[in-house]
Amino acid sequence: MDLKLKIWRQKNASDKGKMVNYDMKNVSPDMSFLEMLDVLNNELIEKGEEPVAFDHDCREGICGMCSLQINGRPHGPDTAITTCQLHMRKFKDGDTIYIEPFRSKAFPVIKDLIVDRSSFDRIQHAGGYISVNTSGNTQDANAIPVNKDDADKAFDAATCIGCGACVAACKNSSAMLFVSAKVSQFALLPQGQIERKTRAENMVAQMDAEGFGACTNTGACAAECPKEISLTNIARLNREFLKSKFG
Amino acid sequence: MSWFSRTFSSSVGRKFAMALSALFLIIFLLQHATINFLSVISADAFNEASHFMGTNPLVQFLMQPILIFAVVFHFIMGFVLEAKNRASRPIKYFKKDTGNATWVSQNMIYSGLVILAFLALHFIDFWIPEMDYKYVQQLPEDPDRYYEELVHKFQSPLRTGVYVISFVLLGLHLWHGFQSSIQSVGINNRFTPGFKKVTEAFAVVIPFVFILIAVFHFFNH
Ligand code: HEM
Ligand code: SF4
Ligand code: FES
Repeated sequence: MDLKLKIWRQKNASDKGKMVNYDMKNVSPDMSFLEMLDVLNNELIEKGEEPVAFDHDCREGICGMCSLQINGRPHGPDTAITTCQLHMRKFKDGDTIYIEPFRSKAFPVIKDLIVDRSSFDRIQHAGGYISVNTSGNTQDANAIPVNKDDADKAFDAATCIGCGACVAACKNSSAMLFVSAKVSQFALLPQGQIERKTRAENMVAQMDAEGFGACTNTGACAAECPKEISLTNIARLNREFLKSKFG
Repeated sequence: MSWFSRTFSSSVGRKFAMALSALFLIIFLLQHATINFLSVISADAFNEASHFMGTNPLVQFLMQPILIFAVVFHFIMGFVLEAKNRASRPIKYFKKDTGNATWVSQNMIYSGLVILAFLALHFIDFWIPEMDYKYVQQLPEDPDRYYEELVHKFQSPLRTGVYVISFVLLGLHLWHGFQSSIQSVGINNRFTPGFKKVTEAFAVVIPFVFILIAVFHFFNH
């Protein structure tokens, strides 16, 4: 199939950047989206042009590196997948595809389609951890009973891969879905109780300081999340935050 | 920073305050719609209820100031959140697909602005004359004047039309807003999907009642 690509090109963080058109011929529908970009980059290199910089690592939907706003949607036109899991058969011959970086004040563009998501790391540093006594008499985790329902919910929250699609999808660039997943995975487990009172407070404070917006509960995030993190986690984050302030 | 400013300058704290003010306004709407609906059934009943609301000191000097505070707080906080949220994405997308969230949920500021404009008109229509009557000119209280005042306003097709349109926008605002406020106060459990239906029914029924009242008096004078 033949495609018209419109790709955001930006030399570096301080460059203004612009959309550039590329024509792609003979794209196989069985290619993954990232393979299609690899082919484009090969062509660009052969022509002596600068290849398009984009993030990727595992290419199997587990690391969260691949990003990309494709035709206005994070990770493109399919639900519950990352960009590396997207295939060209989702597009039609002759399609125009817009490829942009995830946009948020807290995700500045480094180059082309690569954004700096270290704001997520700093939110994690603010509270996404637990204290464990590792002095040699550590209790075996399996010896601490956890009820099945809580374990399942905590596990679901823990599947968040920190990709940032929630931020990219949200009209407010809110990171609430990500933060709520990180807070929930600990709030539901006995191991997470020690920092429980301060965790939501500190992580929300960091989230605000990074410049992410507030939550309007539109649900755009959960609809685009590759790991289908549920909005119930955001209610839990609100609850944890309010308990720490008023409880 | 103090506990107070730390709590209410945070995004989650602000949304909590937003939700509380909104939930208060929702209770007020229910009360307002109920009393106004009396005007369709019986002029006397409406006059009696209005006279009570207009002269009861608890309503006048406690509930009314709280209501005004809630309205002003709600729209100012609405603007603050909107400004912050817009600033969170300084560079927009060339192509944006918003198909995965409802239009109303993404445009609360516009339905809110229409309600705000309506409130200004509504104040000029009813509240300012009422304050003038009672507290400025201090005219003798006439328990039967309310119905006449109400009916008189809805003789104008323009005003009736503007009211109807505003109520439709109020319905849209509530359609998303009511359920959103539940989430903002931290509630989302097994009853939530069911309760969401209740909030949606509220968002349809309350504006419908207001529209009914306006249209009824327009055709009935
Ligand atoms: C009787 C009048 C009103 C009622 C009952 C009402 C109700 C609500 C409710 C229930 C919410 C959801 C709160 C939440 O998500 O926690 C909301 C949000 C909002 N309201 Fe209103 N509202 C009213 C008037 C207004 C006015 C006059 C404005 C003026 C601009 C406004 C602007 C907003 C905005 C911008 C939001 C979204 C805030 C956000 O989630 O980011 N509202 N409203
Ligand atoms: S919540 Fe979902 S969309 Fe957001 S960072 Fe985690 S996996 Fe990605
Ligand atoms: S490259 Fe790892 S999730 Fe896509």
